[in-house]
Amino acid sequence: MNEIAEGITQAVQLIISLDEEVLAITARSLLISLSATLVASLIAIPVGGFIHFREFGGKRGLITIIQTLYALPTVLAGLLVFLLLSRSGPFGFLGLMFTPTGMIIAQIVLIIPLMIGMTLIALSGVSRIKQDTILSLGGTEMQTVITIIREARFAILGGVILGFGRAISEVGAAMMIGGNIRGYTRVLTTAIALETSMGNLSLSIALGIILLAIAMLVTGGLFLIQER
Amino acid sequence: MIEFDRVVMNYGEKEVLKQISFSIRKGEIYTFIGPSGSGKTTILRLIDLLDRPTAGRILIGGTDISSLRERDKVQMRRNMSMVFQKPAPLRGSVSDNVAMGLRFRHADEREIAVKTSEALQKVGLDEYGERNAGILSGGEMQRVAIARAIATRPDILLLDEPTANLDPVSTEKIENLIITLNKKFGITIVLSTHDMVQGQRLADRIAVVIDGRIGQIGTSMEIFYKPVNRNVARMAGVENILEGTIAENEGGLASVDINGIRISAPSQFPPGTPVVVYLRPEDITFHGKDSTKTSARNEITGRIIKVVPIGPMVRVTVDAGVKLTAVITQRSFEDLSLGLGEETGVAFKASAIHVLEQDHLT
Repeated sequence: MNEIAEGITQAVQLIISLDEEVLAITARSLLISLSATLVASLIAIPVGGFIHFREFGGKRGLITIIQTLYALPTVLAGLLVFLLLSRSGPFGFLGLMFTPTGMIIAQIVLIIPLMIGMTLIALSGVSRIKQDTILSLGGTEMQTVITIIREARFAILGGVILGFGRAISEVGAAMMIGGNIRGYTRVLTTAIALETSMGNLSLSIALGIILLAIAMLVTGGLFLIQER
Repeated sequence: MIEFDRVVMNYGEKEVLKQISFSIRKGEIYTFIGPSGSGKTTILRLIDLLDRPTAGRILIGGTDISSLRERDKVQMRRNMSMVFQKPAPLRGSVSDNVAMGLRFRHADEREIAVKTSEALQKVGLDEYGERNAGILSGGEMQRVAIARAIATRPDILLLDEPTANLDPVSTEKIENLIITLNKKFGITIVLSTHDMVQGQRLADRIAVVIDGRIGQIGTSMEIFYKPVNRNVARMAGVENILEGTIAENEGGLASVDINGIRISAPSQFPPGTPVVVYLRPEDITFHGKDSTKTSARNEITGRIIKVVPIGPMVRVTVDAGVKLTAVITQRSFEDLSLGLGEETGVAFKASAIHVLEQDHLT
């Protein structure tokens, strides 16, 4: 019990004193997960738009697969990207193993199904009449998809936030692809895992508080946007 | 301009349209009238290429649309605009909404500004440009939807029940606007309604749609007074539909036996033909207990069994051996000092009666 109280006190000190290492880990976490979320959005939102808009055979099945992958274990995403990026893998020549870029790729793989799924849910909230109105006004397929995405932008933004949340909080893929290299690929979650196993609880708690604070800021920000 | 040739439309198991054919001319107001669920909306959606017919051919401006590729479909759609029954505002201001079609066509900003304000002016909402489209009343949104549809100056305007959810004042505004768009700007207008009277006010020609089939195509007069079958007659407000047999026929003026009552009506059918007699409720007049002679050809006496006021009018049902329903003004009903259970004479002209053979029933 005493340990926890002590840990929290030290954590607060670490945060207030703007401890260099804590700041660096936080910045790296944000950079990697925001990059992953941005790239995943650029892929998932249009893909979701076209899946929603087009009628094709196997659409139902595809959606089921996407929904299943919401629950993709982070270590499986890590394993998949590991197989692709490791020295003997098809993209081994790129030398992306144990780099932040590799971690970004792993997080993209992890959150894309979730974000496509959330886009589909958001777009199904746009009434059929709206979609038909857009078509009737002479929208091409592309213009129609863009316009309905804009109609559903707050709901889609919710999916983006969810994707970001999953990316910044996952530890499995970051550990497997990044390797938790100090000063290079160490992020909040891998740092917490390591420091806890080393008994360095105060640092773990400090990092945990920061992780939660980021989550709160992000969801709070979304709330503000939606309220407007 | 628009031609349907034996078009069939199924949604899953449900047959929505059953081999319908019609042809709409350039520059006319063509109205589909029918009860809800009869397939009117589906017809408009097919014209706007929003759905693909299950079978049959659709020609628009001479082009068979079934062979069109997606890109050509967009081009074809850009000659028309559809206003849906419950128009949905898209995000943004009223101007943003009205400009949408022009933006899709990559019009430059100056052209967009000019055409948007023109369209808003036509619907009488010049002042509304900056308002948020999401907070308009039903009538306002309906007019914005029309402005949105005409801003691109389409050749064909499709209107699905344009006044179904509106108050009488808004309805009148929309109806006047429809007439102006057609007469002044030459837009071909295809509209659907369940209101026969609106069809009469607006349409050059009417197609009565019942249960996925077209019952009759004609002017409102033809449909009001010469319905081709029982369903069309009901839709057209012909309340007296009586079955009888031709008893005599003297050179086109027949005497029809209905339940022992004889009625004179113009008909070419020979004696013995089972027929259906159609008589509009407005064509029946009352002359109270003292039967002063009228010019009507048919006069019978009966007892009033039902009185239902409908605004300034009264719907009166009389049992005169056959049940007849008439609509007269509240005032004449009072002037004749008529009342429930009282005996009265009713009269109607032979020429007001429309006689069809019973075999024609569907």
